[in-house]
Amino acid sequence: MHNILAIWQREMKSYFVSPIAYVVLTVFLFLFGLFFFGNLAEVVQYTTMMQAQFGQSGQPIDVPAYVIQQLMRTTSLILLFLIPMLTMGLFSEEKKRGTIELLLTTPVGNFQALMGKYLASLTFLVILLAAGAVTLSPLFIYGQPDWKPMLAAFLGMLLYGAALLALGLFVSTLTENQIVAVVITFGLGLMLWLVSVFASSATGATRDVINYLSVISHLDDFIKGVIDTSHIIYYLTFAFVGLFLAYRSLESMRWKG
Amino acid sequence: MIEVEHVSKAYGGRKVVDDISFRVKKGEILGFLGPNGAGKTTTMRILTCYMPATEGTARIAGHDVFEESLEVRRRIGYLPENPPLYPEMTVDSYLNFVARIKGVRSNARKARVGDAIEKCNLGDVRRRIIGRLSKGYKQRVGLAQAIVGNPEVLILDEPTIGLDPRQIHEVRSLIKGLGEAHTVILSTHILPEVSMTCSRVVIINNGKVVAQDTPEGLAHQMKGAERISLTVEAPAAAVREKILAIDGVLDVHAEEKGEVSTCSVECRLGSDLRRILARQIVDEGWGLLELRAVSMSLEDVFINLITQE
Repeated sequence: MHNILAIWQREMKSYFVSPIAYVVLTVFLFLFGLFFFGNLAEVVQYTTMMQAQFGQSGQPIDVPAYVIQQLMRTTSLILLFLIPMLTMGLFSEEKKRGTIELLLTTPVGNFQALMGKYLASLTFLVILLAAGAVTLSPLFIYGQPDWKPMLAAFLGMLLYGAALLALGLFVSTLTENQIVAVVITFGLGLMLWLVSVFASSATGATRDVINYLSVISHLDDFIKGVIDTSHIIYYLTFAFVGLFLAYRSLESMRWKG
Repeated sequence: MIEVEHVSKAYGGRKVVDDISFRVKKGEILGFLGPNGAGKTTTMRILTCYMPATEGTARIAGHDVFEESLEVRRRIGYLPENPPLYPEMTVDSYLNFVARIKGVRSNARKARVGDAIEKCNLGDVRRRIIGRLSKGYKQRVGLAQAIVGNPEVLILDEPTIGLDPRQIHEVRSLIKGLGEAHTVILSTHILPEVSMTCSRVVIINNGKVVAQDTPEGLAHQMKGAERISLTVEAPAAAVREKILAIDGVLDVHAEEKGEVSTCSVECRLGSDLRRILARQIVDEGWGLLELRAVSMSLEDVFINLITQE
């Protein structure tokens, strides 16, 4: 535990002394804010139009819910791009600098090194999402939206991010080149994102399996405000598999040298 | 303190380290000498639990490096060939981090870090970013990192590489000082370093131990045989026979080239046989063309040892 904390702290510091943290945070908030504004403007325009046509008798729509759902779908794509940036350096940089030799010859176990780094990237994701949540505050200033579905959406986003982070961490143990780590993580992530495309041409069980594998299909319920344990289990399993592979990869590094 | 028994390491069928055995007693400084690519780094990596040996066992303070790797890791300080530094950290925060992951308790950490900084003479850069330091300072930060946990055993892979002569001198005396409280293994391909700092030397080549002795013993082996080079106008066989008869001569290699023989005479240490040789040759009526004492340096012996095959 002690060692995990030490590694976590060092990683957090190194995020914030390098430009990566600021670039990722800025790009995320810029895009998040932009799409929030865009979605909101769209809804406002739509309602104004409806009111002009049908007067007050038009169907009332839940503005915050609509905006959040649109926004979260976009956010999942933004995260797909940004998460590889958070994990690319975690092990590849250590390998390149030779500091891996320090980590693996001190009493820090592979597991602790892994967890320290994973938790640091997870912490950064929480910071990212929290900053995004703050951007939504105008909704609360000018109305009383239901916060529970929003929370569900953010929980889903966190789980989805946690899964991708574990994938990125694994890829980062495989190479000492950060660019390679980014591209492979992004490629794998995108593949798991788009895998549902193949579902339409498949039938029966194959179709179900493909749909189940899709990293995005499990996010939709969360975005709609539904917390379903089966989706939670999917993301946790995903993260666990990623971490397990990363662990094995670290172990095997000792044998390869 | 350190026991290495029949350790081998193979990469894809090629043996990088081949059946190495040696022991280091507590408080000893062992010099690990060999040309580049001899297997020094690999041996050190096995000792530090960074990679397992293919065959054989190694124990540090009685703990097997493979079976009880965590116990071993608690007892060693390791400076790899390239100092494992995080360039974005300051010297202070880096050493604090290393002390922390080496299990130094928080109340002792400040003292330990201060101690390492003082020993490695890093006082005036302790708040600087490591990435902006010169190579010499980086090397010393690497050394400070190795000693910060106050480990029983120090394993230093080429600790003086990249330093200027004054710093080399400082680091050597630092290592000598460390040898009083720690057991040290250091690798190098610089010979004088060994005779200056180490109490024992293991010379390794092509993954095999080729010699193992104290620096004095090796120097004896090397300088023990003083050589005299002779060029004489006489048949080689006759020269060889006459010279071997002289007291103090250990061996004679003679080569004949036309009328002239060139000999290399190995003499017992301290017996300057030049006058006797000269007289003997003149007495025989041969023409003495050249007579020259050849002192064998450490370098010669080292090269001799590692080029023997």
